[in-house]
Amino acid sequence: MKEIVVISGKGGTGKTSITAALASLAQQSCVVVDCDVDAADMHLLLQPDFAHKEDFYSGQVAKIDEMLCRNCGRCADVCRFDAIGFKEGHYVIDELLCEGCGYCARVCRPSAIEMRERLVGAWYTSKTKYGSDMVHAKLSIGAENSGKLVAKVKKEGKAMALAQHKSLMIVDGSPGIGCPVVSSLSGANFVLLVTEPTLSGLHDLKRVYEVVKRFRIKAGCIINKSDLNATVCAQIEEFLEEEAILHVKNIPYTKAFSHAMIQGQTVSEYSDPELKRLLEESFETIKQTLGV
Amino acid sequence: MKIAIASGKGGTGKTTLSTNLAMFLGESESVVLVDLDVEEPNSHLFLKSELLRKEDKMKMIPRWESGSCTLCNECVELCNFHALICLGNEILIFPNLCHSCYACSELCPTHSLPMEAQKMGELSHFLAHPIEFVEGRLNIGEEQAVSLIAQTKKYVEKHFYDETITLYDSPPGTSCPVIESIKDADFVILVTEPTPFGLHDLTLAVETTRALGKKFGVVINRYGMGDDAVETYCQNENIAILAKIPHLLEIAQCYSAGKLIYPEVDSFKQALEEIATFIKTLSQEEVVQ
Repeated sequence: MKEIVVISGKGGTGKTSITAALASLAQQSCVVVDCDVDAADMHLLLQPDFAHKEDFYSGQVAKIDEMLCRNCGRCADVCRFDAIGFKEGHYVIDELLCEGCGYCARVCRPSAIEMRERLVGAWYTSKTKYGSDMVHAKLSIGAENSGKLVAKVKKEGKAMALAQHKSLMIVDGSPGIGCPVVSSLSGANFVLLVTEPTLSGLHDLKRVYEVVKRFRIKAGCIINKSDLNATVCAQIEEFLEEEAILHVKNIPYTKAFSHAMIQGQTVSEYSDPELKRLLEESFETIKQTLGV
Repeated sequence: MKIAIASGKGGTGKTTLSTNLAMFLGESESVVLVDLDVEEPNSHLFLKSELLRKEDKMKMIPRWESGSCTLCNECVELCNFHALICLGNEILIFPNLCHSCYACSELCPTHSLPMEAQKMGELSHFLAHPIEFVEGRLNIGEEQAVSLIAQTKKYVEKHFYDETITLYDSPPGTSCPVIESIKDADFVILVTEPTPFGLHDLTLAVETTRALGKKFGVVINRYGMGDDAVETYCQNENIAILAKIPHLLEIAQCYSAGKLIYPEVDSFKQALEEIATFIKTLSQEEVVQ
């Protein structure tokens, strides 16, 4: 089983649309995993059935028992996150600010503070409209996007792919360059970078590739909206050559991406034969590189 | 007045709006633009700026002093982030996992874990005539964005007067960094686009903004590229639409080249004027209060 992770560094480049297109081309030979847990959108295209849900707990949050609290304020004194305030005669925890370090609970003399498991989201296993299995998640608002939920989703996806002898796992990676993207890259056999020829696209591509390099994962790149700016497109191509990143394909700017999205279709289903061909060829190139 | 420009996710046009709005308002007001998307700060790509000041930004992490340590293991047991482990006769510290809560340091019976500053990123202060521009930039692989966002805001509070309009270019998403960047804003502008992805992420951003009890309005970017579901949603939810920025190839081309858009595209400038008028009514409301 080979694992392809799609990342973009910068948002809005078409990462999710392209991942979903690859998933629709792979049909039932793959398990699909959505690691963009903070703004999970792939379900809008693959229409999974949300068949199985599990709550996900990670880290802790402090809770004050008002009956036991003697209002000494030691908890608020030690909290480095300004998460404990005094309101209407009581010390209260702001759960959005509490990092769950537990320092307050340690110093509370009447033991009025309890550390509870924090519900940070939920993850799902589903069947997509192609009949392939999909693992995805939703992070609760304000929860720390620590990468643990990403790791969980990937682990479940991998177990499923192995158990069903699938040849591929296609992962919509997390955005950014922080912990979640590191988490979504771990174990990958191939990273597909989706970028666009804009200055910020190039800037973020370079930043996120620093992370990819550390993992020494084989990388390829699709330049989406490639005809938007010829100069920047050439700069990206130059960067790919310098870093020996496989240049998978250029996809010209097309309204098909948004039109397909509005119809709840992937771009490879949508009736644009040229775009479909580009995506099929991209998928073939990636499969050849991976020997699948 | 502090205005945060946020969106449920990346790529909706937050930075485009932040940089253009800042420069446009800067023609008549005192404005500071603050790039709080510290993981991927991109505002600087669109501004011609001259560096005034650069500071290393630090986070506090414990340093193990072997001499006084009795290896009682108290620190390892109390760290909820597993940032310390005891290996043989040594305490090892993982700075990336440390949240700087100070518990290990202050509760160590032998004071063997003094807190020490370690560089987590940089803050740069630029003059981007006529506005000033402050950027926080996190080291690659560093996890604690929230602390750098807080430090960047603190710098701005210290160096600028209240009458300045502060625009925060916020990070994407709905998790901790976003909360940190909008929690003290007087008003939040949510940027979205008229597509199913845009609508889905907008609903999450609205939930977040409401959870924080913030006043907010929506700017629809790339208006005309998709459907009208975002507008219908805003009407149903009684959310003010501050402006609609048309979906034009010229705008995308300006953006791709790192150029400001309003000097080149009239309809974009018009959208900024509408937002500026709205911001003025906001500041008048404050005076009345």
